[in-house]
Amino acid sequence: MTYEAVIGLEVHVQLKTATKLFCGCRNEFGAEPNSRVCPVCLGLPGALPVPNEAAVIQTILTGLMMGSSIRPRAKFDRKNYFYPDMPKNYQISQYDQPLCLGGEVSLPVLAFPKDAQKEPQALAGKKVRLVRIHLEEDVGKSFHLENCSGIDFNRAGTPLMEIVTEADLTTPEEAFALLTTIREILRYGKVSDVDMEKGQLRCDVNISVRPVGTEAFGTKREIKNLNSISAVRRALKHEIQSQIELVSSGGTVVQETLRWDDARGETIPMRTKEQAHDYRYFPDPDLLPIRTEGRLRTEAERRMPELPETKKSRLRETYGLSEYQASVLASDPPLADYFEKAARSTRNPLTLANLTLNDYLALRQDSPDPMSIPPEYFGQLADLVSDGTLNSRQGREVLAILIQAPRPPKEIAQERGLTQISDSQVLEEFCREAIAANPKSVADFKGGKAAAINSLKGFVMKKTRGQANPQRIHELLESLLREP
Amino acid sequence: MSIAFATIHELRKQLLAKEVHPKEVVESLLDRISSVDSRIKAYNYLHPERALESAEKADVSLPLGGIPIAVKDLISVRGEPCTCSSRLLEGYIAPYDATVIERLRAAGAILLGRTNMDEFAMGSSTENSAWGVTRNPWDLSRVPGGSSGGSAAAVAAQEAIAALGSDTGGSIRQPAAFCGCVGLKPTYGRVSRYGLTAFASSLDQIGPLTKTVADAGLLLEIIAGADPRDNTCEPEPAPSFSTKLGEEIRGMTLGVPKEYFVSGMDPEVEAAMQKAIAHLEGLGAILREISLPHTPYSIATYYLVATAEASANLARFDGMRYGRRAPGCNDLLETYGRTRDEGFGREVKRRILLGTYSLSSGYYDAYYLRAQKVRMRIREDFLTAFRDCQAIVTPTSPMPAFRLGERTEDPLQMYLADIFTIAVNLAGLCAISLPCGFTQAGLPIGLQIIGPMRKEETVLQVGYAYEQSTSWHTLRPPLG
Repeated sequence: MTYEAVIGLEVHVQLKTATKLFCGCRNEFGAEPNSRVCPVCLGLPGALPVPNEAAVIQTILTGLMMGSSIRPRAKFDRKNYFYPDMPKNYQISQYDQPLCLGGEVSLPVLAFPKDAQKEPQALAGKKVRLVRIHLEEDVGKSFHLENCSGIDFNRAGTPLMEIVTEADLTTPEEAFALLTTIREILRYGKVSDVDMEKGQLRCDVNISVRPVGTEAFGTKREIKNLNSISAVRRALKHEIQSQIELVSSGGTVVQETLRWDDARGETIPMRTKEQAHDYRYFPDPDLLPIRTEGRLRTEAERRMPELPETKKSRLRETYGLSEYQASVLASDPPLADYFEKAARSTRNPLTLANLTLNDYLALRQDSPDPMSIPPEYFGQLADLVSDGTLNSRQGREVLAILIQAPRPPKEIAQERGLTQISDSQVLEEFCREAIAANPKSVADFKGGKAAAINSLKGFVMKKTRGQANPQRIHELLESLLREP
Repeated sequence: MSIAFATIHELRKQLLAKEVHPKEVVESLLDRISSVDSRIKAYNYLHPERALESAEKADVSLPLGGIPIAVKDLISVRGEPCTCSSRLLEGYIAPYDATVIERLRAAGAILLGRTNMDEFAMGSSTENSAWGVTRNPWDLSRVPGGSSGGSAAAVAAQEAIAALGSDTGGSIRQPAAFCGCVGLKPTYGRVSRYGLTAFASSLDQIGPLTKTVADAGLLLEIIAGADPRDNTCEPEPAPSFSTKLGEEIRGMTLGVPKEYFVSGMDPEVEAAMQKAIAHLEGLGAILREISLPHTPYSIATYYLVATAEASANLARFDGMRYGRRAPGCNDLLETYGRTRDEGFGREVKRRILLGTYSLSSGYYDAYYLRAQKVRMRIREDFLTAFRDCQAIVTPTSPMPAFRLGERTEDPLQMYLADIFTIAVNLAGLCAISLPCGFTQAGLPIGLQIIGPMRKEETVLQVGYAYEQSTSWHTLRPPLG
């Protein structure tokens, strides 16, 4: 019997807000422990929460970006359990009236891990439905030292958004693609930086297996608190395999909550069903219900960006870019914006895209502020390359100079003598010289070795210090060699 | 007569006329406290030096300039303990001022000390205090009521000019009735709860305990009004509540709920109530019988809602970050268990257990959710009643102050002490209690006047009309 996995995700995302969810403390990472705290986020007697509208708006915006229904009335609830990193021993969350219900995320092929993109047809068109998106407060962080433990409450009370999916995923690769896609959408909405290093995206996964072709779900197990997209993929792969092994050898899966040890590549049990918490949710009497209609929703709508998929297809259609080019540009919205500005100054956006993706990105890495090149210069440079004034190597050279000191690219090319030789008469002279000087290559070519022409081309390039138009040389050499 | 015996209004006149200095006021109160508080035990702790220091630089032109106020020991005052009369909060020093404290300071008030209470405001007798019981100034063998028993006893015993208390199910009004002073529970949302240690967040309100109705209005004006730090606080600024003081109540319709005259009510309380009703009629009010049909469910409803909220509100007291932690524990669970077992008193534990139970999976719908629905019905009862009357008059408590220890063994009997006050909190209304007579044994009896939401000026108007035409408020307990 063959089995398939059924996977659902709960994705926790730290929102990018100036202050925490229920108090005025700064929401920032890496500050001195317990320096971003106040009576409210420390849960001191008498302190009361007041919702941060920015976080509510960002959650609504996320819902809009993911096609959720924004609920006109939402509320906050208390989720009760004891843990030292949680100051009030209850977490303010949303239980039965979250801000957003439903929604859907389409997985683009390029969001899958590279090694899984070999059969793009099999991956295309996958959609994952969302159950809900809600807002809650994060907890503090425990540190266990040799003889004692400490807690840093800087993170306590920071806004955390939870995106819950339906169990629509069947492979670790789809989970990987979903998280990659969600990350891109959230960055587009400027809702979160989704920086894994800073724990800005954490994920709980629910997994069960069932025989292919059956409908009923198997018993699920949950792996908590995975903190990177690749760890989610590894943990899922491991868990699916172990559940299939268990079931196919006649065993049964027991409902359980697990922790993933990424270094060892194994899961560790946390608690069983019998030990499951009863969170005793009830509406938080300190907080009024949230009415989203009106100002909150309008503000979220105002901030609605062009979405990644829309941008990709627009880039493809407007500039004739490939799927890959459009995806790479769209994955970096400031770069895409820059590209579009520069495209206004060129006749050949495809050359501009090549320059951007091949040369500009490489050069940008060791340059402090590459965007300082005025976009029209970048566009003009693309024209110089596409009309053959510069070859691609020369184009890159001019680009490097442009990054240092922006000037019209034509000036730079002339000053450095970096114009491509395309004049056929001049080039023919060099080609004849090459033929005369390399009888062996000529003989090889005539003997049927087409590649032998390359050493002749190399000779001409060397003689012209790289300024020859490679396309023209190729054509000239071929016609000269074919002369009787 | 000692300065300590003065009302806020009397004292303000004397201070403005420079007949007394704020320092003399504080000294006079400290004298009074040292002569009677060993018998009453109204205060958990005092701050004589700090109070004298503030008195030195008091600005008497401010609305409460130079007037000392006592504060119930569950409101946060920067740099002071806030024990809530619980062992669990031993050692905790509050690092911030509650909104009401900021407002008292801005109005020039002097903070004198902190008054005793039932632990975490859970109780009706101030017997559930880790620091010992407070006694009723009218009869030292009896309770002062609760949970704001320390505040009520301090005001009645002339150990405070006025005090702040908190009222979740009657905790201001019932002790005011037992001690023969005035207690006002404002409309829910009228006074910011920021800095008030929460018992039941949807029911709690801070309010004044004073010697007169006019003082209650004045003190409420200082502490009420919008506060961005409390999401449940009314967003509009508080109006002047005292504008109708002195206006006659002729022609005003007052409702008398038939469900509040139940069997088992103390006959002397019932008689005093009938006299009060006749007196109000004599002032020209029209008294009309009304019905609040869901009254019999209010105690059950209250003990489901309040304990559920309390079970979460009190979860933070775990000894991890502040307060007392049980020593010598070996692991986390033992630390939680022993800290809370040793730190909380019996009544608090009982209510946490009740609340935890009613919120538990499988019981939530039958208990908590059902209670919320009944709560809506209770609220609707009042909305309907207020179509036919401007205010409702009832006894504050079915009995006068009971003896110490008399009800501690039977929680249900204790809960019945709040039977007339609880519905007001469930419905979010405002209500005042003021003296309306004494029993033969000399125990005060309280009259409760209930108003619709945001109609504090009406209950103050009716209360003032009654008070000014009677002399109950001028009587003082026999303390010497």
